[in-house]
Amino acid sequence: MPINRITWRDRLRRDKTLLVMTLPAVGLLVLFAYVPMLGNVIAWQDYSPYVGIANSPFVGWDNFVRVFNNPQFLHAVGNTLLITGFQLVFFFPIPIILALLLNSVITPALRTTIQSIIYLPHFFSWVLVVTIFQQIFGGAGLVNRLLAQAGFTGFDLMTNPDTFLVLITSQAVWKDAGWGIIIFLAALATVDPAHYEASAMDGAGRMRRMWHITLPAIRPTIILLLILRLGDALTVGFEQLILQRGAVGPGVAEVIDTYVYYQGVVNGDWAFAAAAGLVKGLVSLALVLGANKLAHVFGEDGVYRKS
Amino acid sequence: MSIQTDAGQGPLGRPDAVPVPVPERDARPTPPPQRRINKHRNAWEGKPSPLGQGVKALVLTIVVLIVVVPLYTVVLTSFSTTADVNRSGGMVLIPGDLTIAAYQQILSGGIVTRAAGVSVFVTAVGTVLSTFVSVLAAYGLSRPSSLGHRPILFVFLVTMFFGAGMIPTYLLVSNLGLIDNLWALILPGAVSAFNVLILRSFFMGIDPAITEAARIDGAGDWRILGRIIMPMSTAVTAVVALFYGVGYFNAFFNAMLYINDNTLWPLQLVLRSYVLQGVTLPGSGTGQVDVATGAVTGLPVKMAIMVLALIPILLVYPFVQRHFTKGVIFGAVKG
Repeated sequence: MPINRITWRDRLRRDKTLLVMTLPAVGLLVLFAYVPMLGNVIAWQDYSPYVGIANSPFVGWDNFVRVFNNPQFLHAVGNTLLITGFQLVFFFPIPIILALLLNSVITPALRTTIQSIIYLPHFFSWVLVVTIFQQIFGGAGLVNRLLAQAGFTGFDLMTNPDTFLVLITSQAVWKDAGWGIIIFLAALATVDPAHYEASAMDGAGRMRRMWHITLPAIRPTIILLLILRLGDALTVGFEQLILQRGAVGPGVAEVIDTYVYYQGVVNGDWAFAAAAGLVKGLVSLALVLGANKLAHVFGEDGVYRKS
Repeated sequence: MSIQTDAGQGPLGRPDAVPVPVPERDARPTPPPQRRINKHRNAWEGKPSPLGQGVKALVLTIVVLIVVVPLYTVVLTSFSTTADVNRSGGMVLIPGDLTIAAYQQILSGGIVTRAAGVSVFVTAVGTVLSTFVSVLAAYGLSRPSSLGHRPILFVFLVTMFFGAGMIPTYLLVSNLGLIDNLWALILPGAVSAFNVLILRSFFMGIDPAITEAARIDGAGDWRILGRIIMPMSTAVTAVVALFYGVGYFNAFFNAMLYINDNTLWPLQLVLRSYVLQGVTLPGSGTGQVDVATGAVTGLPVKMAIMVLALIPILLVYPFVQRHFTKGVIFGAVKG
């Protein structure tokens, strides 16, 4: 009620400190997130870095036409979707299983210890993770040396395009599966133990309690993370892939992001790369919004809710 | 059938029993809800089968070993002599003679030392800047019905759903003259909307009565933030600072984009070139026998560089990790 009575001038005077506080962050976002959004205008230009954005001629949708007719770009899109799909099947369930397993460990000290150990790799850089894999599975790596000592022929997992999908998925699992459980554990911690007790009284065994109480409890979390994953479908481990693209070749390791990098920064075809990047950004945005809508249809909260 | 036994069995056990007057509360020996068959397990949970427990223990042990063994062998190899490395045929799994020669080598000046300095500088300056700016913004957006907080919040949210793209960002950074400038590693990613929202959710959860009381006592927003909100939010701020710090320390692609001069390389780029790609380390003698120590060749030095890239995280991690869950829960986005 009093809000309506005071003018915006009074509110400005009252809240000016708060506005000043948000200023540095807003400034940084405007400069480094919003100005580049406008910079995407070069996707409609015959952009040349020598004459700049202001003087480069507009060419309409030419760059987008080139992008969609480019077999390499389509190949990169294919690879991206393949990797996302593969990881959705072979990575996504692992944190859920681990969280259920860990949640059933009843000694708190043991549980926290295991948690702190398996969270850890999440905080390592991709360079470190890829290097560790190389030292262990590479041509001169630990596993190969041990195999050689035992009289077997070695293999080089790091440069084999046929197993690349498995390799990068295992790297992702090693790095992030442990961290992925944190949100499921948080969801599990909110379940009222009375539900378990009541169902146990009614004769439900361990498996039934998991199926009818535990899983429904984390269902919204699972759906939320699936949505986030779908929204991210076109972004798969950029750093991870660019680090290993050289070793296995672009045939299997080229995704949209690496393609944009090589076309733009390396080959200097800025306008084309910007168009490709913009297509990716817009499709990703549509995927997030669409998936969120879908969640609402199914009666879940999704990532955000209109309030 | 006496009232005595009936009370002993509990009313549920006797559906046909004649209604009896409810006995005294104390006369009913109902099991206390927290009766346990051992220290941690409730009675009703039952004991899992030995097979189930065995499988569980096995799986968890394997999971832990998968994380620990690679780190163990990296650290051990970095402290091993070349003789041990050769004897074990690669990475060292069983400790032999230990030496710090590899560390003396990489830390005796040269490119690794410089890179470590760059990484520490970027991480320290970036983390302080990002955390400071984010805490301010989060507080600014956390007061109910303040002027314009909805549109400003929208400015933050948009960046979580739509990124401008690599190419225009690169062009901007290069137009600002930040190529080969360490600020290029700090400024473009200095504010993460996600981290601001974590802090904001937490600040909004603090009882308004506390801040109102301070306001009545004459405290302004700066004082409320500094003297009341911040001391109550150290855990979540530490988590956010860790997220930022790890981001800065681990960032490799930004450096690859913006830093061409290898004297300004952060540790991650050195790691990529000299360890992952196997480029010979100039002046530090990777790949050749070091004349001065005569002991160490390639692998321990490479592993020592890796350990260098691990140390800061291992140092900070134990202090922050117990707050993770709290930080992540408050990250739940609320429009």
